[in-house]
Amino acid sequence: MDMFIMPAVNITPILPEIFLSVLAMALLLINVFVPSGQKSYLGYISFIGVAATGALVVTGWGTNISSFNGAVVQDNFATFFKMIFLVSAGLAILISDQYMQREECDHGELYPLILFTVVGMMLMASGTDLMTIFLGLEVMSVSLYVLAGFNRANLKSNEAGLKYFLLGAFSTGFLLYGMALTYGATGTTRIDKIAAQVAQMSLPSANVMLLAGMLLMMTGFAFKIAAAPFHMWTPDVYEGAPTPMTAFMSAGPKAAGFAAALRLFLVAFPTMQADWSQLLWILAVLTMTVGNITALRQDNIKRMLAYSSIAHAGYALVGFAAGNGTGTAGILFYMLSYAFMNIGAFAIIILVGKKGETNGNVQDFAGFGFKHPVLALAMTIFLFSLAGMPPTAGFIGKFYLFSGAIQKGYVWLAIIGVLNSAASVYYYLRVMVFMYMKDPKEDFEWMKLTAPVSLALVISVAGSLIPGVVPSYILQLAQQAVRLI
Amino acid sequence: MSNLLSLTTFLPLLGVLLLLFIPKDSKAVLRGVTLAITVVTFLVSLPIMTGFQTNAEFQFVENVPWISAGPFVMRYSVGIDGISLWLFMLSTFIMPIAVLSTWTAVEEKVKEYMICLLLLETGMLGAFIALDLFLFYIFWEVMLIPMYFIIGIWGGKNKIYAAVKFFIYTMVGSLLMLVALVFLYFKGINAGLTDFGLVRFFDLHLDPATQMWLFLAFALVFAIKVPMFPLHTWLPDAHTEAPTAGSVILAAILLKMGTYGFVRFAIPLFPDAAHKFTPLIATLAVIGIIYAALVAMVQEDVKKLVAYSSVAHLGFVMLGVFAFNQQGITGGMLQMLNHGVSTGALFLIVGFIYERRHTRLITDFGGLSKQMPIFATIFMIVTFSSIGLPGTNGFVGEFLVLLGGFESELRWYTIIATSGVILSAVYMLWMFQRVMFGELNNPKNQKLLDLNAREIGLMVPLIILVFVMGLYPNPFIAKMDPAIQKLVAQAKPAGMTAPAPAAQAMPVGHPGVPMAIQAPAAIQPHNIK
Repeated sequence: MDMFIMPAVNITPILPEIFLSVLAMALLLINVFVPSGQKSYLGYISFIGVAATGALVVTGWGTNISSFNGAVVQDNFATFFKMIFLVSAGLAILISDQYMQREECDHGELYPLILFTVVGMMLMASGTDLMTIFLGLEVMSVSLYVLAGFNRANLKSNEAGLKYFLLGAFSTGFLLYGMALTYGATGTTRIDKIAAQVAQMSLPSANVMLLAGMLLMMTGFAFKIAAAPFHMWTPDVYEGAPTPMTAFMSAGPKAAGFAAALRLFLVAFPTMQADWSQLLWILAVLTMTVGNITALRQDNIKRMLAYSSIAHAGYALVGFAAGNGTGTAGILFYMLSYAFMNIGAFAIIILVGKKGETNGNVQDFAGFGFKHPVLALAMTIFLFSLAGMPPTAGFIGKFYLFSGAIQKGYVWLAIIGVLNSAASVYYYLRVMVFMYMKDPKEDFEWMKLTAPVSLALVISVAGSLIPGVVPSYILQLAQQAVRLI
Repeated sequence: MSNLLSLTTFLPLLGVLLLLFIPKDSKAVLRGVTLAITVVTFLVSLPIMTGFQTNAEFQFVENVPWISAGPFVMRYSVGIDGISLWLFMLSTFIMPIAVLSTWTAVEEKVKEYMICLLLLETGMLGAFIALDLFLFYIFWEVMLIPMYFIIGIWGGKNKIYAAVKFFIYTMVGSLLMLVALVFLYFKGINAGLTDFGLVRFFDLHLDPATQMWLFLAFALVFAIKVPMFPLHTWLPDAHTEAPTAGSVILAAILLKMGTYGFVRFAIPLFPDAAHKFTPLIATLAVIGIIYAALVAMVQEDVKKLVAYSSVAHLGFVMLGVFAFNQQGITGGMLQMLNHGVSTGALFLIVGFIYERRHTRLITDFGGLSKQMPIFATIFMIVTFSSIGLPGTNGFVGEFLVLLGGFESELRWYTIIATSGVILSAVYMLWMFQRVMFGELNNPKNQKLLDLNAREIGLMVPLIILVFVMGLYPNPFIAKMDPAIQKLVAQAKPAGMTAPAPAAQAMPVGHPGVPMAIQAPAAIQPHNIK
């Protein structure tokens, strides 16, 4: 009988995950002793925890430590993505409290669940083994199902949770099946070993089992990042989920899906790039077009941003299809910018909204621009950034994504991308039309700006604007991050 | 001072910061401060004009690193030459006038309006001086946002439709240009270039097929902005709905962005393609001239009439530019300035009567000259200038355009276009006659006040320019001459430049080999008057 060999374990790479898990479990315990109505304190603690984790994660920059027998790694790629997750979680926490109190569902479990989601996402970004990635994905998804249905009293939230759960479980099936087939074809689940196996094959695309495995995994990830035609769950889930969670879901988990998929495809299947690149080309075009065209017809802003978030996944897929340094670095930059601008926009929606998720239509923003000029200016910045107008981060991100495609020779993909971008301008402008160009119907007196939301807005505005004017530093970080994989 | 261009460009932006601290109810202060900022900007820009050396080089150049990541290097690189100098000066000159015109016209949301005007100024000035393709694109897009708000918030009845149409039209074009820009950049990188710097792209001899696609992408966005027939439909809407200052800036400066784009980018970057598409562009220009003139003739709204006259005038500019000879391009450039002055003035005039009567329909007026003699005089001068009567600025430009066009391959186009000159006299004079002469029988018009001191004050500089440019255009022409000679040389298609083998043996993108040197000696700049 073989002796069980203990692998060389270095817990450094998963220290942030451990820290957050412990914090989350502690919060669950503390929650019992915090009287209802004072759950805000849990939010403050989790925000500080997220910030501390950020400080911890940053120290990992520049290192490359593989541990647990090659199951996880701490490298720049993982570090960059972990920062994106922490940014989106931190902002989501900041904007949650006020909303949850208004909707009377301020249960303390919210914050530990957000933290668990982050743990899952982090594992996806740092996982270098299909099993780790799957584990991370499940931790993330299960927490998200609950978060989507968190507003128990609200029928739509229930629907969102259930729908997300059913379709999510379905997509997980695809992913797992793909992983199993890949294991069958290569005999390993470690990404670097899969890469070595695939590299040895003279014609990997001819290996049906491997090809099927790759395709199924791509399908699984396409579900998670809400790429068309696997996007059907998105609008309902995004509309039904509590707004701060919608903001969180559209930024963090989407980035996590990209993190895992990027590492997997770029490291394990570089020789098959011709195959998956073409598929992603089609996926990108479909995703952008479906997202934008359907967003054009929405009156409910939350739903509009949900569809637009499909389109944004499509833009990122353009960079993925290009698969080169410019495009992939563009994804990292874009996901970070998107976290700021999208969560920022949702924060404004939360402020304008009333109890019971009402007052969330474009028309309800009539006259907002001159009643609350500062908030409206912030919203304008977010919307222009989402639309990809200079000088915002959204523009620079799109510029790199589309440039990656042009560099790769996919000029038509870039052209379809920019035309989509132009179409998207219409519905973002529409919000501004109501904010600035229509007479106010309401006085917006119910709005109250709390300190956490203000902080979130300040961070979001800075994050949407500064990288647009002086993007070099973050772009260089993103490029260092993708260089390693 | 070496950073004079940046100082001028960003002064209005600094002004915005200042405005933020002024309470929004102190309207007089807001107006005064904005006027002061634009006047100071104009004064600061004067040394650029006086210090400009008469040669073909870019001057007042500033060049500092900006973005550097991955395959892209963008620099903050600005400079001015004979082509951009006058447009730059026109912008700083028009802005105080535009601000002054809002004095009583805009009573609501004054602070936001002033902020938009100042942001717009920074965007426009930046676009004229950018020597880095990426930087140009940024300014080009940034310009769009304040104009969108100016039309959409302070516009007329259909303001939202007009604003959104304006935005989307321009956006589609400029995004396609962005793709072309990136494509061009990678071509440049492969040929040994290192950044988005415009000047070195001029020496990049692209193959004709590539040039064709890139030219199409660039030409589309610029043609939308000019606007050329049949892409002009956003313009009458935008003009009719925009508030007076918006219309003035739109006509005087923003439309020039399109023609400037052709002269600065599309033609010298892709000369072969530019020649190839000359028949198409000339055809569209001529159609634009005739069609817009005919449409202008039947307009009932004075402002719409002026808007269509813009389309016709810019058709002349395009015709002159695409004649590719010295006279034609000089005429086109002059005509850009003239149109800025005279159409800007026309929109101001329309603004004056609209402010008094809140209507712009020609039939609502008649006989105004009896009631408003000063107004009538000014209106008359501006009308003559717009028609191009000798002695006014319009004549010189139009004449040079026709001369250049006639001497080029575009002879027949020019002959047809000449009828546009007559048509413009018809619609302008007819309109003038119906508004100013005849019986003063509408009781509402009988109590109209003549122009006040402020209104006269803001028209006087324009009237002076009308005559200065009409009677003594030489200083203007002299400063732009060398740059235009260089452009004429650059615009020669590859087959017509210097001995082809020598040109090809030169490493592409070799620094310090301006195109002018490769051009035949016959068109070398020898005597600059």
